[in-house]
Amino acid sequence: MTGNISRRSFIKGGIAACAVAASGIPTSASGADKDKQLTTLLDIGKCIGCGACVEACSGVNAGKYPEPKKPFPRMYPDRAKPEDWSDKKDIHDRLTPYNWLYIQSADVTVNGEQKTITIPRRCMHCTNPPCVKLCPWGSAKQLENGISRIDPDLCLGGAKCREVCPWEIPQRQTGIGLYLDILPAFAGNGVMYKCDRCYNRIAEGKLPACVEVCPENVQEMGPRDEIIKKARALAKETNGYIYGENENGGTNTIYVSPVPFETLNKAIETGKGKPHLKSVSDSMGKANNLVAAMAIAPIAGIAAAVGTFYKYSRKDNEAKQDEPKE
Amino acid sequence: MSRKNNVRYLYLLTVFFITLSGFGQMPIFKRYYIADIPGLGWLAKFYITHYIHYICAALLIGFSAYIITGYIMAGRKNSKLTVTGYLRGTLIIGLIATGILLVIRNFEGYIFSHNLIIFLDLSHLALVMLFLFTSLYCLIFKKKWTTK
Ligand code: SF4
Ligand code: SF4
Ligand code: SF4
Repeated sequence: MTGNISRRSFIKGGIAACAVAASGIPTSASGADKDKQLTTLLDIGKCIGCGACVEACSGVNAGKYPEPKKPFPRMYPDRAKPEDWSDKKDIHDRLTPYNWLYIQSADVTVNGEQKTITIPRRCMHCTNPPCVKLCPWGSAKQLENGISRIDPDLCLGGAKCREVCPWEIPQRQTGIGLYLDILPAFAGNGVMYKCDRCYNRIAEGKLPACVEVCPENVQEMGPRDEIIKKARALAKETNGYIYGENENGGTNTIYVSPVPFETLNKAIETGKGKPHLKSVSDSMGKANNLVAAMAIAPIAGIAAAVGTFYKYSRKDNEAKQDEPKE
Repeated sequence: MSRKNNVRYLYLLTVFFITLSGFGQMPIFKRYYIADIPGLGWLAKFYITHYIHYICAALLIGFSAYIITGYIMAGRKNSKLTVTGYLRGTLIIGLIATGILLVIRNFEGYIFSHNLIIFLDLSHLALVMLFLFTSLYCLIFKKKWTTK
């Protein structure tokens, strides 16, 4: 029912957007300040791997989890395979549409001592999120405070966001969403789910559930510039290492660890739904660098046209002058 | 004459690749096995199609500026835009305008409203569909851009 209402309001929204665009009022463009985006600091040296955050995430977000209709409509061609997690809601050792946060563990040696480091993993909330910017339908969105989320009423489940995300965070559930109302056999495949940083709690002035519940205060949240300062100070004080400050051009999730992230990355289990800890270059930055070419293009085009015009008119004149005079 | 033809072929090639890489922004080429055709694997690689789309966009903007400037400088006496020429030109300008806004959106810190993003995505797609149908019509009925 709510799905239908939202779809109707989607169409209305589309019409409203046309009106806004037609009136030419740039109400929406804003060079939001990256420094002020909401960022979390995770001091993973403090994490004891109790899993309270994972439980709290499910507790407050269960209402957002998919309730797919079964059986799923048959999809063509055969390559389009359903992804169904609805019977595996209790899986907590990886990311799924029903589990947006999980604890990775790494057995490492710190100062000659064998230790297990536990790392809460979920969406990094990139400052320029490719999952949002490259979604072909605008189903994924970034809020003014930097949070990225996928709108379950608009997502068609093509999973492009998962492919362009350097950590392959979003997870698909088939049998739910807008694609069922369009051409379920030929396009779309459900809805993508991931941590939405408890955007609704934040709007009410509360903290994300995982931050609030942690008995060790592993996480704290604040404006990005302040969190970066704190992370650097913490890393200096503990001889630690930072992850997320520059990864993918910068994220709003900053980890500080007592061991280098290359070491952690080798020690954790990675794969589907289990993100790595490698260093990541700026995904959007590479294409954005090409924009200079776009800016020069019209000038080059005009210059070439003017050049051609004068060349031909000079030739014309010369031809006229060469004509025998009477 | 040959210079004019060169420009024409380059323009057609640009339009071909910008359209193909544009459709590559949607997750369809892999699902429908098109990216399995030898030599077309790049169509399923979202970052590659994204770069190609940007490069072709720069070329298309350059050609458009070249052609519009040439048209204005030559004066309307020499050649005049036909009705289908106007239609295609308007559609291309619409594509460039929505495209530029999407390019701006892709920079860090540019958080557009959700409705505007949906409008830009859908209108960019609708404009290219209209452009393709118009071009097909012009090809079949041999409609030219300009009258001599
Ligand atoms: S609740 Fe805190 S200590 Fe427990 S696993 Fe989560 S982050 Fe670690
Ligand atoms: S980590 Fe992945 S899913 Fe999260 S904002 Fe970045 S690109 Fe998007
Ligand atoms: S911020 Fe909210 S949605 Fe994200 S992992 Fe924490 S509890 Fe879950």
